Amino acid sequence: MHAWINRQSLLVDYTLSALARHAGRNLAILAVYSCLVFVLASTMLFSDALRRESRALLSHSPDVLIQKLSAGRHAFLTAADVERIGPLRGVSRIEGRRWGYFYDPAVRANYTLMAVASDPPARGSIRVGEGVARLSGLAKGNALALRSPEGPLHVFTIEGVFREESSLVSTDLVLMHPEDWIEFFQVASDLCTDAAVTVVNPAEVRNVARKVAERLPGSRVVLKEEILRTYDSLFDWREGLLLALASLLAASFAVLAWNKASGLAADERREIGILKAIGWDTRDVLTMKLWEGALVSGCAFGTGLLAAWIHVFHFRAPLVAPVLAGWSVLYPRFDLTPSLDPWMLLTLSFLTIFPYTLATLVPAWKAAITDPDAVMRGSE
Amino acid sequence: MNRPGHFRRPLHARLRPVQFLGLVLGLFLLGGVLIVIDLARSRVSRTEALELTRTLGLTDLALSTEARYLRHPSLADLHSAFQDHPASLDHFPAAAAIGPPGHLRPAPHARLD
Repeated sequence: MHAWINRQSLLVDYTLSALARHAGRNLAILAVYSCLVFVLASTMLFSDALRRESRALLSHSPDVLIQKLSAGRHAFLTAADVERIGPLRGVSRIEGRRWGYFYDPAVRANYTLMAVASDPPARGSIRVGEGVARLSGLAKGNALALRSPEGPLHVFTIEGVFREESSLVSTDLVLMHPEDWIEFFQVASDLCTDAAVTVVNPAEVRNVARKVAERLPGSRVVLKEEILRTYDSLFDWREGLLLALASLLAASFAVLAWNKASGLAADERREIGILKAIGWDTRDVLTMKLWEGALVSGCAFGTGLLAAWIHVFHFRAPLVAPVLAGWSVLYPRFDLTPSLDPWMLLTLSFLTIFPYTLATLVPAWKAAITDPDAVMRGSE
Repeated sequence: MNRPGHFRRPLHARLRPVQFLGLVLGLFLLGGVLIVIDLARSRVSRTEALELTRTLGLTDLALSTEARYLRHPSLADLHSAFQDHPASLDHFPAAAAIGPPGHLRPAPHARLD
């Protein structure tokens, strides 16, 4: 065992010395390779973390959401509609939600204005997300003036600003008293945007949803699992989009690796011929080349992965976040909880380390099995 | 310090290549330790976000706010993306990077609407 380790360390010595003889070229390959791993790892780490975050945050969403449709478009639910759902067996709670969109021309951003039923802000006051406060340059205690769709200007006092840690769900929220919301949008007091239903037994959610659809024929029912599935597919789609773009970089690197695989340079072939002539056997030559491929690809993988980790979880992934999370005038600032999927790591390492190592080994094998005299003369 | 008549080579030249590789692997190991530490401590607090989701019944992340079907993709209906006119194409860049909501895709269970 000790002899084997000693042999391998001497082979690694020779391999590293051989790599150092063409330091510029090998460092360039290492740099490009590391960039490729960095892009792929950043994309996978960020989308995986965002997917987990969305599942964790939206796990507390309503079990069933009921929307009314009119001529195929969204319409308001009435109090009578909500009362028809309440007595359904299995429903522990039903709440009509009042919320809507508001475009603020001053900052050219859309807000989500929501009436809060329990523990609402005082009349004339609002609680806003950090994005609203940041974009309008306001803080707690300042006044925010919003012109209602009907014309009158409403001035609200900011009672509180939500913290950045909740910005993924609250960045564009403006929470107000229900009467303020009704007055702002001039909507009848018995109307609500949609209804959120809580079901006692999670296994009965589909049954409850089916009964709701029967009681309110003109409605659309959305389940929490569909909400979660929407975000899984949303991030899968975006991740695939970015990986498809990164494949252009991967393709150019594949051309480089193919170039290596199609044949060795004359001096490399001569070197192998000399090694064979002085007593190295084929196994030693192949082991040396295997170390060369493994060291370059392993170092590139380690460098790329570490850089991607720091980029995503310590710097908020500025290079991939706009594509994966989206972009708009009002954008949340958020940190993601670090996570590492072992399958993702295995897939990435297999896709990056294995092809390059094989590309280094194949031409070396061809030279190693050839007569050393012929190789050194360059007649092969 | 070099004594007269003696020359001491720089550190990287005194190390065997495999020892230099050991230093590099040591750096990678430190990086691995950083990753493990990051995984072990959960730095992001979700308390306020979970409380808001639960009390307000929030259903979507506030990632894109240009249009209602981008702000609330899980609640979008068949006509959301072409809401202005039957033939009007979607004109928000984020819509190109968002797939249709889950409940509008073929699903293993029967549709409710």
